[in-house]
Amino acid sequence: MTFIINGEEQQVAAATLADLLLALDYEGEWLATAVNGELVHREDRAGFKLGERDRIEILSPMQGG
Amino acid sequence: MLKLYDVEVASRLLLGTARYPSPAILGEAVRRSQAEIVTVSLRRETAGGKSGGAFFELIRKLGVHVLPNTAGCHSVQEAVLTAKMAREVFRTDWIKLEVIGHHDTLQPDVFGLVEAARILTDEGFQVFPYTTDDLVVAEKLLEAGCRVLMPWCAPIGSAMGPVNAMALKTFRAHFPEVPLIVDAGIGRPSHAASVMELGYDAVLLNTAVAGAGDPPAMAEAFSHAIAAGRLAYKAVPLEPRDMAVPSTPVIGKAVFS
Repeated sequence: MTFIINGEEQQVAAATLADLLLALDYEGEWLATAVNGELVHREDRAGFKLGERDRIEILSPMQGG
Repeated sequence: MLKLYDVEVASRLLLGTARYPSPAILGEAVRRSQAEIVTVSLRRETAGGKSGGAFFELIRKLGVHVLPNTAGCHSVQEAVLTAKMAREVFRTDWIKLEVIGHHDTLQPDVFGLVEAARILTDEGFQVFPYTTDDLVVAEKLLEAGCRVLMPWCAPIGSAMGPVNAMALKTFRAHFPEVPLIVDAGIGRPSHAASVMELGYDAVLLNTAVAGAGDPPAMAEAFSHAIAAGRLAYKAVPLEPRDMAVPSTPVIGKAVFS
């Protein structure tokens, strides 16, 4: 399927958000995810089914003021 | 002690974690500042990237409270989603709420700020709003559920120090019971001391330390200045006068002519 991941269009074979993170080698308890502007909790990723052209944001901690 | 929501801290310096020359210097600056609260942020992670994890570990090892921000958000929707994602990562209800309204001055969009503060408070967040020194906006933020206010003293990163001390003074007088933190615009320890002398409860700064020639030493200098300013405020400073007043008593002075 085609997704917009962190602003970039990508083709990934993934049915759920957890599949997608695994396929793209995203790993770590410090990641936060949102799909189409809504937060998807860590524990909900495995059951969260993705659709064509879903907008996925994957964020991690960084320095801030 | 300073109480911010349900947390008490001894240090009145909140330190940002951005723009340091290296993670080691950041760690040393936090230690020497004696800050117990540091600000952090969230950004897009690259596939397979581990940079966020390394930073996460560094912060965790410092053993300080974490105040995530919504820096760079220009809309209510963006700020609210970023806050929720920050809570997921950092496991805290605290959020330094920034809704930026102007590209050049990084002035907050105070209308969006109040709206986002209301939404986030309803969702259980404890909001630290980055705002201006406008009293009416501050009232609205309190109505929205904020229990801390963070007025700027000059534009973010400008290092100008308090450009409108009168407004800060009025702000303090108007909200005697609310914890007030000056956030943004501080350049030097003397600036921090001066706002603490006005009765502000704490100072939040980043670039003034991170951008100094020796960030850990500057962090320590700020720590001393903030403590000195607080002590001076508690000691009740003199008000300025227009005319001279001799400090040495004139009574009993010898007359030689």
